[in-house]
Amino acid sequence: MKPAPFEYHIPDSLEQALDLMHQHAGEAKLLAGGQSLVPAMNFRVVQPGVLIDLNRLGELSYIQPENQGLHIGAMTRERQLEFDPLIPSWFPLLAEAMPHIAHPQIRNRGTLGGSLANADPAAELPVIMLALGARLKARSASGERWMEAQNFFSGMFNTDLAPDEILVEIDLPASAPRTGWSFMEVAPRAGDYALMGVAALVTLDENGVCRQARLVYLNAGDGPVDAQDAAKLLEGEMPNDHLIESVAALASEKEINPFGNVHTSSDFQRHLANVLTKKALKLAMKRVEANLP
Amino acid sequence: MTQMFPITVTVNERVYKRDVEPRLLLSDFLRHELGLTGTHVGCEHGVCGACTILFDGQSMRSCLLFAVQANGHTITTVEGLSSPYLGGMEGGLHPIQQAFWEAHGLQCGYCTPGILMTLVPFLKQSPNPTEDEIRHALSGNLCRCTGYQHIVDAVKLAAEKMR
Repeated sequence: MKPAPFEYHIPDSLEQALDLMHQHAGEAKLLAGGQSLVPAMNFRVVQPGVLIDLNRLGELSYIQPENQGLHIGAMTRERQLEFDPLIPSWFPLLAEAMPHIAHPQIRNRGTLGGSLANADPAAELPVIMLALGARLKARSASGERWMEAQNFFSGMFNTDLAPDEILVEIDLPASAPRTGWSFMEVAPRAGDYALMGVAALVTLDENGVCRQARLVYLNAGDGPVDAQDAAKLLEGEMPNDHLIESVAALASEKEINPFGNVHTSSDFQRHLANVLTKKALKLAMKRVEANLP
Repeated sequence: MTQMFPITVTVNERVYKRDVEPRLLLSDFLRHELGLTGTHVGCEHGVCGACTILFDGQSMRSCLLFAVQANGHTITTVEGLSSPYLGGMEGGLHPIQQAFWEAHGLQCGYCTPGILMTLVPFLKQSPNPTEDEIRHALSGNLCRCTGYQHIVDAVKLAAEKMR
């Protein structure tokens, strides 16, 4: 189908975009990569009165390193993240997830900020940003503020952004040393929406005791699902198969809340979460050792 | 009143100036305004890949872009493939097209233009791809005829021709 008519603006600067957002708060949608928004508009599921196109804002497209962390502009294309030379060594979890995001043609256009602001529970980037403890910066005509990824996602396709705010930057703090990672998902076909997926991070000390763990799931509730209770079971322990079994059981049976869909029942999603948790944790722990200097 | 935007777009090395309504999809602009019907429209929501074009040299879905967004940019469609600047021969076939011909990489041909446009930057970036890499590169292009085997064969042959 074709999109319904809308009023179109293409600002040349962030200041102009913020003014437009201020003027049209509530009726305006921001167009970043448009790889989710435009299909929704083609289906007329979404019919914004005003569309503000951010694609001329080169000032929002950058990957800037600082102290082993990164400042990433919200309009940075997924493709730029995929081929960035620093990301594989500094944030291998992100590097591992990138090829799972749709298809190359989509990643050539889709943006980090767009994916986060869209807050699709089945999307990879919200899960990864939550797992990596990202901080997000929003601007409005009247000022700016920072949010923890933890507080940014507020339900199905919903975020904490106010109607006149624009997400402008995503900061990734440096990863703790001796941290292993794994991202895994199961999709019917490569590039399709995954039925279930998990990002796992495990920090082990020299004796193999877990100091910190994180398990975040996609398509497991109304946003990225952070299984904190399951992750806590690992902390202070030397993880063995028995413990990992309990962690996977707690996360998949109690903490996630998958809805099922035309491709899968929620029971099967829980089963996948259980299996993926065990595989991801074991691989992450193996990688701690493999990554030692 | 309908808002119209003047745009200047370079398509297959030719500059076009048109006034467009902002909701006009780039795929429809190419087909209906410019008459370049080689870009096919399958699903119109970014799944099938039939409408893949090159936008400033990168493969993208033309059904997920508005024509107005192409203002000032460079587009290549399947009609531009025979142009020498992409490695083809004027009036002849691009080596990727030739390989599809020889290896029977198409049956009905509906998905073919999108596949060809996906492959141009892919083979430039990966001149010696493995079968896995080829299949991953093709994952965003649906073909309902071939079962993909002959397409994979054609890509291998194309890579050989272009090395």
